[in-house]
Amino acid sequence: MTPILQAQNVSKIYDMGTTKIEALLGVNIEIGKGEFVAIVGKSGSGKSTLMHILGLLDTPTEGEVILNGINTKGMSEKQLAQVRNNEIGFVFQSFNLLQRTTVLDNVILPLKYSTVPSSEWERKAKEMIEIVGLQDRLKNKSNELSGGQKQRVAIARAMVNDPSMILADEPTGNLDTKTGEEIIKNFLKLNSQGKTIILVTHDDELAQIAQRKIVLKDGCIVK
Amino acid sequence: MIYVPETIKSALSALALNKIRTFLTMLGVIIGVFSVVSLVAVVQGFQNYITDQFSALGSNLILVTPSVGEGQDPSRAFMGNKLSLKNVDTINLYVGDKISVITPSIRIAKTAEYKTKTYASTVVGGNYQSYSVYGLETDTGSYYTKSDDSKKASVVFISSDVKKELFGDRNPVGEKIKIENTNFEVLGVAKPKGGNFDDRIFMPDTSLKAVFNIEALSSIALKANEGLDVDEVMREVKVALLKDMKIDDFSVVTQKDVLSSIDQILGVLSSALAAVAGISLLVGGIGIMNIMLVSVTERTQEIGLRKALGATSKNIGRQFLAEAIFISLGGGMVGLLLGYLSTLAVASFINATIPWWAVALAMGFSIFVGVVFGTYPALSASKKDPIEALRFE
Ligand SMILES: Nc1ncnc2c1ncn2[C@@H]1O[C@H](COP(=O)(O)OP(=O)(O)O)[C@@H](O)[C@H]1O
Ligand SMILES: [Mg+2]
Repeated sequence: MTPILQAQNVSKIYDMGTTKIEALLGVNIEIGKGEFVAIVGKSGSGKSTLMHILGLLDTPTEGEVILNGINTKGMSEKQLAQVRNNEIGFVFQSFNLLQRTTVLDNVILPLKYSTVPSSEWERKAKEMIEIVGLQDRLKNKSNELSGGQKQRVAIARAMVNDPSMILADEPTGNLDTKTGEEIIKNFLKLNSQGKTIILVTHDDELAQIAQRKIVLKDGCIVK
Repeated sequence: MIYVPETIKSALSALALNKIRTFLTMLGVIIGVFSVVSLVAVVQGFQNYITDQFSALGSNLILVTPSVGEGQDPSRAFMGNKLSLKNVDTINLYVGDKISVITPSIRIAKTAEYKTKTYASTVVGGNYQSYSVYGLETDTGSYYTKSDDSKKASVVFISSDVKKELFGDRNPVGEKIKIENTNFEVLGVAKPKGGNFDDRIFMPDTSLKAVFNIEALSSIALKANEGLDVDEVMREVKVALLKDMKIDDFSVVTQKDVLSSIDQILGVLSSALAAVAGISLLVGGIGIMNIMLVSVTERTQEIGLRKALGATSKNIGRQFLAEAIFISLGGGMVGLLLGYLSTLAVASFINATIPWWAVALAMGFSIFVGVVFGTYPALSASKKDPIEALRFE
């Protein structure tokens, strides 16, 4: 398998003046195209930090992130934004939808920062909303939805610009077990369509559905 | 790529989410622009009024008025009004060949009656030449003649408003109006002139003196011959009058003098307005900056999200700057509208007009304030680290 994403000797150290917090320490990861990888570990083990670095939202103190064979180290802020927009879809624990904004407009949001012409926005967004089964909620405001529905909107939003991978940070953390399972099914379906999925979770059981588990402890990969 | 119309749309929808706050933030600019625009309109209206009045009289008009000496009690000056018909003769004698027309002028406020109607008018006494001194035009009938002057005839020539109020659509020529128990025959009606010229009743000064028992002249008005230097004629009038009176007893002014001193006053007023404008827009701008900074903090998570989804710092900065500009510009437009409505409200008193430059300036300044006071909040929004922003919960 060709690696789509590589982390080489990545460290993240927060300098708090008197103390230094080593959130990540010499992490090496290689993720293949189309893989479904789970990153697991206890709270505070550095999962979110790793996800932010892999998703180019944050830069490592040391080490490199290589996406599609291109080192992201020297990229400008604008280039990084472009790569996030085109290649990566994010799903967060707390959904992060725009308040008092319709489902449709929430899903359109990434397209506003893309090269997709505005005449296409609505069509593309509706297509994604249909895939997650919310076509009859198009004009509802995000705060009128249940938790599971909100996370489905977030998945539609992550998918709308057709990225090659999805990074999800505890996507079921705010949902009950049954709803959480349904959300995970969505990821499996996307994976079967060829999307690379990186699922961050502290729930070992949930991680079982992934092809591969990466276990973090105190900022280091232990398995 | 985020298109400009998209920036505008998202700025407007963000502002629409918080309508009351948006309105309150606009308030500073609204009040600033409103007060400046309405004051400018009133000053402009005043200027229009003055200019109308004077251009109606003609630029070669010279006025002789009894002088109110400096530091003197005005009532004493009035009592000591030395202006008389003799002065008219003196001017005619020495400067007669340089002037086309001359009239004494006595002005008093009197109420005119016709049947059940009454009208508060300004009665103006002058000789038959006052017609051309005042630049009157006839609508119907005719002006009084030299022989009316010498006969002290009880005749009047009325302005358009007087005719409208007392006679409506009827033809007043030949009718009699009553002023303080004396009947006067209406000889003719003037065409409307604008300003406060249309409330007048003209009659021979001799008749006015006889009926109302008034001696002193309000002024002497004359016109220099076309082509002559008005200032030169004015000086000669002054020299002639010194044969009758002391220099302190009268003053001679031309239109130009009066206009330029009024312009000077309006100039001072305008600079005061500019200062008010500056201060109020500064206050409005600080209000905008304050609220925008609050809004940036409140929307930290939104900023982080947008960046995660592909927004650049520039996109974020532009979005917040656009919001600040729309608040300010919106405030400017509302202020302008209110200013316009206020000119309508005072329309019956003064013909206040908003000059095009004031509209352009109000809009320009609103945008300027939005840019100046929106830049710092926009910069702080654009600099937010997406991680920090997303952790903000
Ligand atoms: N901005 C920050 N400043 C200081 N310490 C941080 C910061 N972000 C994360 N950390 C620390 O880094 C460690 C890893 O955090 P995180 O990646 O959020 O863990 P997880 O997602 O596995 O719970 C924790 O000890 C956390 O306190
Ligand atoms: Mg975490």
